[in-house]
Amino acid sequence: MTSRQPLVMMKGRKDGLVLVMNETCSYDALLQELKEKLSVNHQLYKEGPAIPVKIQTGNRYVSRLQRTELMDIIRSYDHLEVDGIESNVMTREEFEAEKSRERLVSFTRIVRSGQVLSVEGDLFLIGDVNPGGVVSATGSIYILGALRGIAAAGEPGNEQNRVIAASIMKPTQLKIGRLMSRTEEEPLDEMKNDHVMECAYADLVLGKIVIDRLNAVMKKNLPTGRSRTQPEA
Amino acid sequence: MGEAIVVTSGKGGVGKTTTSANVGTVLALQGKKVCLVDTDIGLRNLDVVMGLENRIIYDLVDVASGRCRLNQALVKDKRFDSLSMLPAAQTTDKNAVAPDEMKEIIDELKSDYDYVIIDCPAGIERGFQNAVAGADHAIVVTTPEISSVRDADRVIGLLEQQEHITPPRLVINRIRHNMVREGGMLEVDEIMNILAIDLLGIIVDDDVVISSSNKGEPAALNPSSKAAQAYRNIGRRILGETVPLMAVNEKVTFLQRVKSLLGMR
Ligand SMILES: Nc1ncnc2c1ncn2[C@@H]1O[C@H](COP(=O)(O)OP(=O)(O)O)[C@@H](O)[C@H]1O
Ligand SMILES: [Mg+2]
Repeated sequence: MTSRQPLVMMKGRKDGLVLVMNETCSYDALLQELKEKLSVNHQLYKEGPAIPVKIQTGNRYVSRLQRTELMDIIRSYDHLEVDGIESNVMTREEFEAEKSRERLVSFTRIVRSGQVLSVEGDLFLIGDVNPGGVVSATGSIYILGALRGIAAAGEPGNEQNRVIAASIMKPTQLKIGRLMSRTEEEPLDEMKNDHVMECAYADLVLGKIVIDRLNAVMKKNLPTGRSRTQPEA
Repeated sequence: MGEAIVVTSGKGGVGKTTTSANVGTVLALQGKKVCLVDTDIGLRNLDVVMGLENRIIYDLVDVASGRCRLNQALVKDKRFDSLSMLPAAQTTDKNAVAPDEMKEIIDELKSDYDYVIIDCPAGIERGFQNAVAGADHAIVVTTPEISSVRDADRVIGLLEQQEHITPPRLVINRIRHNMVREGGMLEVDEIMNILAIDLLGIIVDDDVVISSSNKGEPAALNPSSKAAQAYRNIGRRILGETVPLMAVNEKVTFLQRVKSLLGMR
């Protein structure tokens, strides 16, 4: 057993430590060796700024419980911090959750005052969003109709490539990720029908939401073609 | 078996009671057996508009709580034998009646009357739930004001969730054409754009409506008023007739008349 491959390989990188873990041995053996390796080398990270540690588990599935266990071991050393656990394997549940964020969900209805329509993924709405109505999506929002209420697209941190497009763009409020914009127009004006085929996107350089005609937005090459799965027929 | 129609709006003071009284009156004029039900418990006034206040003995709450039979609480109209009214209680609050009790009362009335017109209180809480519980159809009343249209939209959303109610129809009340023209009021088209439901009728703002209400004589009975004609048209549309909307711009300016004489537009 002396010349065997180590179960945990420690690699020093400029930006921290990478722990590459054996995929086939028992989990207990892995834990055992991880603890040993860390304590043997603990002199290396006794002081100085915290070193980020990335764990790569390859094709081994690690449950949520095991993840916390691994992280706790790392965190038990003052000068180590967890940078992430990478695994090639995910459960069906995690996959479904991930997939639902990539979905295009379509509805045909009017979102009236006081109503909220929110989806995981991109929203495709055939119908209006009236003043006082709210639509939200973790992805982009496409409205074949008038947007006169509130639309919130994306999540904080994923503002890029998220758009809100509407046949008639007269929103009371727009949110893309953490950016927000309000219209300060006269209320009587909100019922008028100019502002046709406009699209809102996050301009991260300006740090604000920009609304432009769809053709102008397309010239700017937004959004970049994200692949997405179509909802089942 | 008759049909029950709830008249609602969300916002107060837009003309629910006025519309209920006049629609009930025109349906009675057309020979239908009609019962008006005031569900605005605590703030009743349908009886005043109908001029029947002094005939009230029992009310809706008395019926719901079993203090009297339904028939004992019904007030007969002075003008039409075929028109009755079930008054709301004035002294108690809205929680005195529950939606299922309300539905039972409306169902009982439907077996006796062709049309049961339910006057709904403002708001979207208990009073609203009571008023819609037994309804088969709904009339949403709005004025050409943004706040009123917003509330109508909210109420339409709630009505659309009620599976027992057919798609609501709209009455636009108190339109003032000069104000619309000057841009100070929403246009019918703009309202229809937002609410996107069928239009049952448009009632102009008409002093006769106010004075008739004060006299306890619904305006629909006064054929010389423009509002009366509009109410009659609404009645005919409820009965299933196709009646074109009255020309919206009836007051044509002198210049426009000259232009049209000359074949210009
Ligand atoms: N078409 C109209 N023209 C003029 N006044 C109207 C009209 N409709 C309603 N009103 C007046 O508006 C006020 C509120 O009407 P009402 O029917 O009591 O409203 P609601 O029942 O919705 O609270 C009343 O004084 C009524 O006479
Ligand atoms: Mg009223």
